[in-house]
Amino acid sequence: MAASSSNGFRVIGTRPIRHDGVDKVTGRAKYGADYAFPGMLYGKVLRSPHPHANIKSIKIDKALALPGVKAIVTSADLPALPDKMEAAGEQAINLNHLSMNILARGKVLYDGHPIAAVAATSPHIAEEALRLIEVEYELLPPVMTVEDAMKPGATILLPSLRNKEDGPDKETNVAAHLQFKRGDVAEGFKQADYVIEREFKTAMVHQGYIEPHNAVGIYNADGHATIYCSTQGSFVVRALSAAVLGIPEGKIKVVPAEIGGGFGGKTTIYLEPLSVLLSQKTGHPVKLTMTRAEVLRATGPTSGSTIRCKMGATKDGKIVAAQCWLAYEAGAFPGSPVGAGAMTILAPYNIPNILVDAYDVVVNRPKTAAYRAPGASNAAMASETVLDELAEKCGIDPLEMRLLNGSEEGTPQTVGPPFKRIGFKETVEAIKNSDHYKSKLTGPNRGRGVASGFWFNVGLQSSATVNIHTDGTVSVVIGSVDIGGTRAAQAMIAAEVLGVDINDVRPTIADTDSIGHTDVTGGSRTCFATGWAVYEAAQDCVRQLKERAAKLWEKKPDEVVFENGMLKPAQPGGELKPMSIKQIAPRLARTGGPIVGRATVNARGVGPAFATVCVDVEVDPDTGKTQILRATIAQDAGKAIHPSYVEGQMQGGMAQGLGWGLNEEYFYDDRGILRNTGLLDYRMPTCLDLPPIETIIVEVPTPGHPLGIRGVGEVSIVPPPAALANAIYRAVGVRMTELPMSPPRVLKAILQKRAAGEAQAAAAD
Amino acid sequence: MANKVIVETNINGDPVELLCEPRQSLLEVLRDVLELTGSKEGCLTGDCGACTVVIDGRPVCSCLMLGVEATGKNITTVEGLASGTSLHVLQQKFLEHASLQCGICTPGFLMSSKALLDRNPNPTEAEIRYALAGNLCRCTGYDKIVRAVTDAAAALAGRTRPAHGTVPSETASGMAGEMLAKGEAK
Repeated sequence: MAASSSNGFRVIGTRPIRHDGVDKVTGRAKYGADYAFPGMLYGKVLRSPHPHANIKSIKIDKALALPGVKAIVTSADLPALPDKMEAAGEQAINLNHLSMNILARGKVLYDGHPIAAVAATSPHIAEEALRLIEVEYELLPPVMTVEDAMKPGATILLPSLRNKEDGPDKETNVAAHLQFKRGDVAEGFKQADYVIEREFKTAMVHQGYIEPHNAVGIYNADGHATIYCSTQGSFVVRALSAAVLGIPEGKIKVVPAEIGGGFGGKTTIYLEPLSVLLSQKTGHPVKLTMTRAEVLRATGPTSGSTIRCKMGATKDGKIVAAQCWLAYEAGAFPGSPVGAGAMTILAPYNIPNILVDAYDVVVNRPKTAAYRAPGASNAAMASETVLDELAEKCGIDPLEMRLLNGSEEGTPQTVGPPFKRIGFKETVEAIKNSDHYKSKLTGPNRGRGVASGFWFNVGLQSSATVNIHTDGTVSVVIGSVDIGGTRAAQAMIAAEVLGVDINDVRPTIADTDSIGHTDVTGGSRTCFATGWAVYEAAQDCVRQLKERAAKLWEKKPDEVVFENGMLKPAQPGGELKPMSIKQIAPRLARTGGPIVGRATVNARGVGPAFATVCVDVEVDPDTGKTQILRATIAQDAGKAIHPSYVEGQMQGGMAQGLGWGLNEEYFYDDRGILRNTGLLDYRMPTCLDLPPIETIIVEVPTPGHPLGIRGVGEVSIVPPPAALANAIYRAVGVRMTELPMSPPRVLKAILQKRAAGEAQAAAAD
Repeated sequence: MANKVIVETNINGDPVELLCEPRQSLLEVLRDVLELTGSKEGCLTGDCGACTVVIDGRPVCSCLMLGVEATGKNITTVEGLASGTSLHVLQQKFLEHASLQCGICTPGFLMSSKALLDRNPNPTEAEIRYALAGNLCRCTGYDKIVRAVTDAAAALAGRTRPAHGTVPSETASGMAGEMLAKGEAK
């Protein structure tokens, strides 16, 4: 259901077949691991078997002597970088930490931390060589949870880490404490008739993209390097690899391969600098690919967390105060998404008194990376279940509770400034009016839950060029990779503006030398910001087309109009016949040469995203297993360019959220070793676990964007865990406060509830 | 002594002679020896199905089989699914239904779906979900994949179903309801 479908649009809102589709169903599309070059070597990475240890020595002689081994590198081959926040490309980052995560320097900080990399003539020889490298460790106690890391006297991970509160002399594992405040929570809670306070724990989870990380590095004798890799941001790979390697940024070209999923996890670097370094040492192209175990052990999952959430409401359901405390696992180096967690946790609601404290805590786990609305799903698990409980206390339908307190245009955000036009309440209304919510759910151990979610979205920089070819067809060149229909959506925007057939537009994703700077595919920004650049570049073509038509017609450019793909004289009635782009294209040479439209944006005025979901579950009271019976998501897309791929984002994020809610977790043993390093034990949803996911696209256009687009990539992952928890409560009467809500946890809660009931009955006898 | 073994097999209808090391998996042989990189590596433990090929009619994770075991087998990879420039109906339906986002799992899903439809041309939704449970997709939530396979089966049987682009939402949710009803019945 598209609320206002494609009013006034010809191409936008339709569902053409994606331009890269045939390549991707025939096996021709080239992903990072598919690249091969003459003389190419294969690299492998030696990883720490310990979560926390000092490296006493690394001996590589035996490994180097193995026939076929060409080079071995350690952190001694990388420049030492300053231990402070510095600009690298467009982001501020601690380059020392980044470098230490590529190759450990003096210390290993998690199970799987890279120590050395080998290049050899075959991957098997490289693997054999890893076993011949001798590393002497001095073991240190692992610090695995935020609670342990924050205790006074805790073992310290990074001796140089300081935070502002504790001052320059105190060693700490707390990288940052953030606080957000409005009104007076103590006064607010006094007005409340009901107060709910709960503590939650959520497990570390992984993005779970099916394609492991990969990179092919080619270092040339002239000092220039090329990296082929699957990434969400080729310019990020260039900037960060240059910084880690100490090579000028302009001497690296990054060629983005097709990408096999990212979800935020491919916004940083792991193998890329190693491929260049090994190529520099050997003179050969070097390819590295990770195994699945390496992906799980040593790339960036998202934070596990401990969250306390207290909310108070008056009898009539008005939320008057909320106080939250969040501590997120950053992994081995600072930088968890706890700030985003803090700013999203109460965002959907207009609450006069709030106090939110947030802590970024280092632990002996892999450095976390972005994962789809980073930090927000953890937070929503807490706030959206506490809200559900409050609604129950007040005797109000949970959707009505959200409508009663929901944010709208003018509501102050957690960080201060008010929201512009947003579609939160529209998503709640859409669920309220859905077939799903209106249907009756019957049967024992079944329950229905709803929850909502918020995500900021971002704008940032994008570049685009649009070329008019001599046959009147159009090519669109962008720097954003195609992570799920990007080419199709960008081509549709150009086709819409230029009035040409979608099949006459060819979208291309360019390398870092062939397009202007384009920021990472993240923050749901691609359709919004790159789409904006394509829109403007196409408009630039229109301006030039009008000039050319004016030349041919011996008129001024402002005496030509462009409507429905036709160039026309502004004053109708003369002898001049309207011209299509196809008609004028062959005449461009005579009117001044080719037409290239170009545009760059640093997109402001981003439209925040909201989603509301509804899930029905059945819980097996004997095993604690939760079966999802039905699932629906309503999400504000601003304007859906290609509705199928918008639905795809909604369904995909929801599926990840459902997996996060029920099954997925990093399981470390008491020695700090990750025990589920494969996809059998890191249990992501299969198609047998999920029902069809129903979608309702809500369209509340983003003010200021020429097409009204809102990013749709992320917010769908935010509400599902909380919605599941609320559904499980209605099914079997237990309030779950720990993720994942796996069968043992749910069963334990059911048994505890039963035991409490029996004890009560016995006491009454 | 030579390390490599000569393997005689049949891939996508053609007889193939190849040289491989005994320790190389069939997936590695397909990708690195024969340059058939359409089969993808997602896990190397048979959990994700991205490397699925069809061997003598059965879907097989090529990462779990050695290259030398291909001797005498008939192997179809995603590169052999289309006939010349005519896409297989499954490929066409995956495109029409927008069943792929990143596309890395797509070759494996296509091959598992082909094996399913070859032995069961008229599967129920539950049978499709069961047959594809060995393939992981992290982008789509599977909904559009299941629709594509359902639609492909219908097309192969000569039944017509409106393409997804023209399905109004009521029909779409009707389909979901139908699937749910079947799930409940079992």
